[in-house]
Amino acid sequence: MLRFLAHRLALAVPTLVIASMIIFALQQLLPGDVATALTGEERDPEVIAFIREKYHLDQPLPVRYAYWAGGVLQGDLGVSVRLQKPVSELVLEKLPVTLELACLAMLVALAIGVPMGILSAVKQGTWMDAAANGVALWGLSVPNFWLGILLILLFSVHLGWLPASGYVPPGESLVENLRSMAMPAFVLGNAIAAVMMRHTRAAMLGVLGSDYVRTARAKGVSPLRLVLRHALPNAAIPIITLGALEFGQLLSGAVLTEQVFSVPGFGKLMVDAVFNRDFATVQGVVICTAATYIALNLAADLLSAVVNPKLRRA
Amino acid sequence: MSTGAPLTEAAGVAAPAAATPREPGSLSAFWRRLRARRSAVIGLAIVVALVAIAALADVVAPYDPTATDWGAVRAAPSLAHPFGGDEVGRDVLSRIIYGARASLGAGLVSVALAVALGLPIGLLAGYAGGWVDAVIMRLTDALLAIPFLILAIALAAFLGPSLTNAMLAIGLSATSTFVRLTRAQVRAVAAEEFVEAARAVGNPPWRIALVHILPNIVPAILVQATLTIAAAIIAEASLSFLGLGQQPPEPSWGAMLTVAKNFMDQAPWMAIWPGVSIFLAVLAFNLLGDGLRDALDPRQRT
Repeated sequence: MLRFLAHRLALAVPTLVIASMIIFALQQLLPGDVATALTGEERDPEVIAFIREKYHLDQPLPVRYAYWAGGVLQGDLGVSVRLQKPVSELVLEKLPVTLELACLAMLVALAIGVPMGILSAVKQGTWMDAAANGVALWGLSVPNFWLGILLILLFSVHLGWLPASGYVPPGESLVENLRSMAMPAFVLGNAIAAVMMRHTRAAMLGVLGSDYVRTARAKGVSPLRLVLRHALPNAAIPIITLGALEFGQLLSGAVLTEQVFSVPGFGKLMVDAVFNRDFATVQGVVICTAATYIALNLAADLLSAVVNPKLRRA
Repeated sequence: MSTGAPLTEAAGVAAPAAATPREPGSLSAFWRRLRARRSAVIGLAIVVALVAIAALADVVAPYDPTATDWGAVRAAPSLAHPFGGDEVGRDVLSRIIYGARASLGAGLVSVALAVALGLPIGLLAGYAGGWVDAVIMRLTDALLAIPFLILAIALAAFLGPSLTNAMLAIGLSATSTFVRLTRAQVRAVAAEEFVEAARAVGNPPWRIALVHILPNIVPAILVQATLTIAAAIIAEASLSFLGLGQQPPEPSWGAMLTVAKNFMDQAPWMAIWPGVSIFLAVLAFNLLGDGLRDALDPRQRT
């Protein structure tokens, strides 16, 4: 198990390093002088000089990368020229909001996707299976920012039940917090629910066809108990590990969801930074996203190795 | 959804079609299998209809998509303007029709770019092996570690906002998926006996790669490309929604939604139709992709 862990870590580290190089190299796409491009509309020579020195812009690209990567390793993601704050501070400030949104969305996805997947596997070939597959196809095809707009139209504009935008920290009022997060979490979870439904259906179909389930059925185990006690625990393994991989999707989706509902999270930070031409912040957010995604992949690998010893042979 | 859900590898095509040698008339057999799937036919029909609308936009659109009419500002749907008017009195239907060009164009161009880059690189990695493969795969892993849409937004941000740059950003972000898929397919096919035989009779490596391996991995690439078009259309709409794609006043479904969000209580039709259009286009390519996968899946052939 330790060897497996070491092997996986050894693969994850170069991946993150190369990803950071790619993200750093994005700067080269900026037209013209990097220092003036990084400062955006700011033309104060002092600021430009500060940026030039901060990013060692008189040095060749690999040297600049080394300085930047060295900083990143110490938790220094650069400075947001626009907001006059360290990027790491901004990231830490916004991250909890996005994490809450992502976790709530995952709950929504599991609450919708898993029961639907079980139902469609148990009732394979019936109208219920077809209906569940139709719902999944809807979830995969509807753009989440549009779904968000439609929900605002219904629940905020017409019914007035939920706030259209704004965010209330849970420390202030938990009820208001959940009210402000309800629509964003549903919109974001909707797409993942479709994916979870497909994973659950496939996993359940595999387990339901196995010998031990047939034996249990022959022994007269009730259908409900058969599904919940005998089949589901084994089907849960691929559902959990595949679900962890959907977090990348969740982070992508959060960018637009946060934009539609004005949720002050990671995604909104990135989009605002894009429009303020605040490139240090863009790079900081992307590298943190990549690191999170790689860590989750690693966690998913470990989780599957814990539950399935056959996978431990790296 | 979905900001590009089908960008994971098309799981169903993991087993390459190589196991079944290509029998004569296989194209008509494939067409028969595809036609037998009603959802695939519906998907194909919508795709054809959307492409026709985009191509014939000049003929079918009732108005100039950028022409303003002060009498039609936020006008409710009527006979003159079936989908209503927008915030400066442009005809929403005409903008939807012309917007199809941006959406479908972005979907097709960016995926063509991703395949044009990803296929040769994947072929090289899978067939050459060794350090070439190792280097390419580490790069691919690193790119795949950045979620698709976030990479596309970052690329578009640094390239600058325009429809061309959005296509470029989406295409580059989707490339790693095709590299990885091609490589996996090549390695599976290269282990087949007929490739061994081709090698044994003295074919040069480039000939084996292009003549013996490439045709056998086309089905898997085709399925993935179709599903990726769906993801790319959503990505283009997302970038345009954020202001990083098609620039006003040129019409694009995503950008129309950005404006519509501000007029939701007065002119909800401005928000309904662009979304319906994106949904239909994405649904069509998802249906077609699922249908192609089932029709090309050798495990379903008896």
